[in-house]
Amino acid sequence: MDCILTEKNKLADNIYDFKIKSTSLAENAKAGQFLHILCGGNGYLRRPISICEVIDGEYVRFIFQVKGEGTTALANANVGDTIDVLGPLGNGFSFEECDNVIVIGGGIGIFPLLEVTKRLGKKAIVLLGFRSAENVILEDEFAKYTDRIFVATEDGSCGYKGYITDLMRNILETNKVDRIYSCGPMPMMKAVSSVAVDKQIDTQVSLEERMGCGIGACVTCTCNINGGRKRVCKDGPVFSASEVEWDA
Amino acid sequence: MPDLKINIAGVEWNNPVTTASGTFGFGEEYGQYFDLSALGAVCVKALSAVPRLGNPSPRIAETPMGILNSVGLQNPGVEYFKENYLAKLRTYDTKIIANLCGSSIDDYVKAAEMLGDCVDMLELNISCPNVKVGGMAFGTDPRSTEEITTAVKKVAKAPLIVKLSPNVTDVCEIAKAAEAGGADALSLINTLLGMKIDIHTRKPILKNNTGGLSGPAIKPVAVRMVSQVYHAVKLPLIGMGGISNGEDAIEFMLAGATAVAVGTAGFVNPYAWVDTVCGIEKYLVENKIEKVTDIVGQAELY
Repeated sequence: MDCILTEKNKLADNIYDFKIKSTSLAENAKAGQFLHILCGGNGYLRRPISICEVIDGEYVRFIFQVKGEGTTALANANVGDTIDVLGPLGNGFSFEECDNVIVIGGGIGIFPLLEVTKRLGKKAIVLLGFRSAENVILEDEFAKYTDRIFVATEDGSCGYKGYITDLMRNILETNKVDRIYSCGPMPMMKAVSSVAVDKQIDTQVSLEERMGCGIGACVTCTCNINGGRKRVCKDGPVFSASEVEWDA
Repeated sequence: MPDLKINIAGVEWNNPVTTASGTFGFGEEYGQYFDLSALGAVCVKALSAVPRLGNPSPRIAETPMGILNSVGLQNPGVEYFKENYLAKLRTYDTKIIANLCGSSIDDYVKAAEMLGDCVDMLELNISCPNVKVGGMAFGTDPRSTEEITTAVKKVAKAPLIVKLSPNVTDVCEIAKAAEAGGADALSLINTLLGMKIDIHTRKPILKNNTGGLSGPAIKPVAVRMVSQVYHAVKLPLIGMGGISNGEDAIEFMLAGATAVAVGTAGFVNPYAWVDTVCGIEKYLVENKIEKVTDIVGQAELY
């Protein structure tokens, strides 16, 4: 479907923040789902990009990093242009009743967690990990929904020095947590998962894989789940951490 | 309204457009985007006698105007297909083609026996480049092509299509071998074996190292092979390889294809299949051609 780009901001080097108008997308979009976007330029396939926020039942916001030809072309779109979008696709995070929640993200994986945090509000302890202070983004937006927000940088230039997962371990020692939502680089999610599975905390992770059709037909974006292969686009991208075979 | 009906190996299709195996799952996903009755036939993902896990990810890489895939024939097996997908597919007014894969001749024979007459046509996949045993190995040698075609034809209870690999020196030689083995129709082309390397990590994008190239990038190769095979055998052909719209489909039909399959284009445009049917019809109307079959093989070669 064609959607109008209504707002465009550059958040950091190579990081773009787009808001598109579509009531049908906004009415159906859930936290953790993604859009499959035709970027134009020399890229052939669509690009899966996670939904960052649903606004006023009318707009969908997504943030992406320019990585290759497709995202370079997408970044060149201007306000008023139409963008060809399929979606919302995939299964989002589920929100059964729980009281104490950790939302943990790393790098550009934090974007889908904004809508999660919006939904959880003050129940959420938000942990955001970045390489360095200059990579820290969106912290103030997460802070609108919860006052328990912690940042870690690998070089210590902002917040806790070290991995965000170390910070999570510390928090788990003093806080009772019944659910974790996570999105970020695979090594980070693997570390989150190993702590969570040890402590038997219900944990949902959002996986990423190179994708084709985006709707489950081509079976290219598979991950290893419980001894079988599942499609990230259709069966995920959100999976229960206890089912993911990280080293398979 | 031009007549879009075709007859291929005794099976009548409402129009000449089908799906390229492996791009359309078992119809469930794209069935949410359009009515599958709009297609002449649905060719489902390759099926084997026993389930297959396929290759590890990444299984897809983007290339100039195309993709490489190395799925490796992941499928839930013939039994699962019959129990879980067939009834739903039968609710549509379209023909069903089952694509068969295996590691040995016995595997293919068994899969064909298990399917019996529950589908309208069988497509023998002896051209998948992504498996270590079987697959393309059968389809790149004329003797083994004839041998496996004969063996499957003996048990097949539906017309047998043999799907040809482009990864050969002389596609006509393989086409003739399939014809000699008793094939009722041929489909071509499967994907071209390719590779993509990330220059920063110095590793292939695909975990399988190599994969099959599809999409518009391969269309001229496919048109050439359809034309060559059309003049080499008497069997009806299903042309495929980079078809994205009606104009592409017409090009294949002029080259000699009675029917066409759309595949990779659907990943970009989920309506590519129905758009192709409409595009064919538009061309026929504009050129005042009454029957789609009138254009088959009508390219005027020099």
